[in-house]
Amino acid sequence: MKDNVVGLDHGSGGRKTARLIRELFLAYLGNPILERLEDSAELPSDRGRIALTTDSHVVYPLFFPGGDIGKLAVCGTLNDLAVKGAKPRFMTAGFVLRAGMSMDALERIVRSMAEELNKAGVQLIAGDTKVIEKGKVDDCYITTTGFGALEHSKTFAPERMEEGDVILVSGNIGDHEAAVLLARGDFGFEHKIESDIANVWPLVERLIEKDVDVKAMRDPTRGGLATTLNEMASAAGLGMVIREQDVPFSPAVKGAAELLGLDPYYLASEGRLIAIVAADHAERALEVLKAEPLGKDAKAIGEVREKPEGLWLETLLGSERPLLILEGEQLPRIC
Amino acid sequence: MSVELEAILERIESDSTLTRGMVEKLIRDVGKPLTLMEVCGTHTHAISKTGIRRALAGKVRLLSGPGCPVCVTSDADIDRFIALARMPDVAVTTFGDMLHVPGTESSLAEQRDAGADIRIVYSPLDALGMAEKEPRKEFCFLGVGFETTAPAILATVAEARKREIDNFSICAAFKLIPPALRMIAAHPDLAIQGFILPGHVSAVIGSEPYRFLIDEFKKPCVITGFEGADILQAILMIAGQIKEGEPRLEIQYKRVATKEGNKAALKIMEGMCDVKDSMWRGLGTIPESELKLKEAWKDFDAEHKFSLPPLEHRERFDTAGCRCGDVLLGKIIPPDCPLFAETCNPSNPLGPCMVSSEGACAAYYKYER
Amino acid sequence: MCIGIPAKVIKINGDMGKVDYQGVQRETSFMMLPEAKVGDYVLLHAGFAIKRLSEEDALETLELIREMLKAGEQTDER
Repeated sequence: MKDNVVGLDHGSGGRKTARLIRELFLAYLGNPILERLEDSAELPSDRGRIALTTDSHVVYPLFFPGGDIGKLAVCGTLNDLAVKGAKPRFMTAGFVLRAGMSMDALERIVRSMAEELNKAGVQLIAGDTKVIEKGKVDDCYITTTGFGALEHSKTFAPERMEEGDVILVSGNIGDHEAAVLLARGDFGFEHKIESDIANVWPLVERLIEKDVDVKAMRDPTRGGLATTLNEMASAAGLGMVIREQDVPFSPAVKGAAELLGLDPYYLASEGRLIAIVAADHAERALEVLKAEPLGKDAKAIGEVREKPEGLWLETLLGSERPLLILEGEQLPRIC
Repeated sequence: MSVELEAILERIESDSTLTRGMVEKLIRDVGKPLTLMEVCGTHTHAISKTGIRRALAGKVRLLSGPGCPVCVTSDADIDRFIALARMPDVAVTTFGDMLHVPGTESSLAEQRDAGADIRIVYSPLDALGMAEKEPRKEFCFLGVGFETTAPAILATVAEARKREIDNFSICAAFKLIPPALRMIAAHPDLAIQGFILPGHVSAVIGSEPYRFLIDEFKKPCVITGFEGADILQAILMIAGQIKEGEPRLEIQYKRVATKEGNKAALKIMEGMCDVKDSMWRGLGTIPESELKLKEAWKDFDAEHKFSLPPLEHRERFDTAGCRCGDVLLGKIIPPDCPLFAETCNPSNPLGPCMVSSEGACAAYYKYER
Repeated sequence: MCIGIPAKVIKINGDMGKVDYQGVQRETSFMMLPEAKVGDYVLLHAGFAIKRLSEEDALETLELIREMLKAGEQTDER
């Protein structure tokens, strides 16, 4: 069925988003680079390998425990470069602001962008500002474009995955989305959940330096761990199985998800790395990740396998159930 | 003392030696495959999520009953909700699951995308709080639920009267479980050998309203909790009853469900509501299966407040080839429906069982294909 | 059909109070459960406490499961 209007589900990162991309954007704008639909694109260049990516940030509220839209706009884009193995170098930013937005709030946002950029050693080299009349938009949207360099000869892509490869995650899953959802205040929960927003490049850099045989990487953002692993499995034409007892969640995130009837496997993280590594490198990869503060809770959660295709969860009682890609926006439910 | 309870709950929730042991026992002990119905949608979800359905395949066939108040809300009711959402200065407040339920032409999600003021809340009390904060706007809460949820929404209405918040109302379409079970149990070619009964409805109504399933229909029944261990234990209990040939009404979920139920909640329902016939999506009209606010509460009844037209009973699903009625009755499982996963899927649900994320078809689509 | 969570009561003030589940806290109405006390575990549904959880009965469930499994082992031995 073709939709007549754009709905919130089209921005959920799930099946509807995928269809919009395939049936509209790729239909008109497709080319061999775009069609790979990777977090960032490696460009043909005779001056070394370079990667480019872009991302719009519309998070609401602008400030939430553990971060704000500025930190997210920087880290989200840095991470899209990092998972392709590209060291982030430069960034551009476009701001769409609402007339009447507090200047203090804007300054806080820009300051937090500066902090993250400085930490990452990345320069903001171009920008744009538009202001829209009151009522048309929320306070602030930010689009960032990141430019990175691949200073090695490795390629990270799902096509390199093979049966037996081990699936690693760098820490607890879903804290970012849980923090943002609860920060909206609509549900009246009090909690200590903080967003996990972080630049994951330091983890990637270490894995590359230590010459770990990493096949592919992603960051489990919109659509969460389940949707991201599904996309990887489907790009590789392989199956994956993860174990319920090994996937790390903080008790509060799991608890909040249960209270609201949400499936935590679909909650977004913004500072987590998924790395698929060769089986005989898995132990070393875990050591490398755990040595970094950001990766101290890293865990092996499952394996790549030939068949059945798709993503499967081995439940506590030893049975398996499929984890599909997110259909549309997850809504809190009563039943 | 509560530390102890916490530890017990933790074991029931996640001790896999218990659940694995029970699965092994069922596989070993069940001879001829059993056909049971889990009435409650939250059970349907738990059964899929924990992998019980797959683990017991070939031994225990678990059919999913009408146990989701969202998915049995008729399209005529949804049309009313949509009419409310389209009114200027009315904010519709609701549990999130209602958003994707289709009416005859649209859904609340589509209305929200088109700009209607529709707000998702965790508790009806939060909707009341919004009404108190924005006194110039009307706030209508969509009163959907079974006996577990109805008292909470009704108590909120009582609270609104007490606090004199007169810009709050509910549009009630509460459904009652025992009449639906009677309809299912009375079905002539029913294959169901026993019922896994809803634990949280029973926390409110107690065990006795199900007594007719034993007395009149001789069906083994177990009121069941929602952890994997609870459900497996209930299946073992039903299997035992079938083996002994002596149907009983048992409570597995004793830590929550009792014979008497919650008297305060029952009093709220009796005091504030009349019982009426009701249109169930996919099942048709079931006598005396809906709660409506009594005349004395009409100031908080959206039907009265906004002069909503009387409900027309239409069921487009019956003509679209959708077999949700048969799924709800346990006559077929979702993949037996010709529309399943083809024209009817979670992005584009046709029937009630696909609409709710907990509906039998959605659960099958997600976990069992 | 109805999501219910076993949460711990941490505050009661008349009809209203607060419960905690895994570090997430929520204002809760005790209108339907006036007998609840701080420290109890209650079933939370849509912001209302609807039942006090009984420790004895939870333990009984656990014991019954153990017995069932033991009975299974004996069958094996035979």
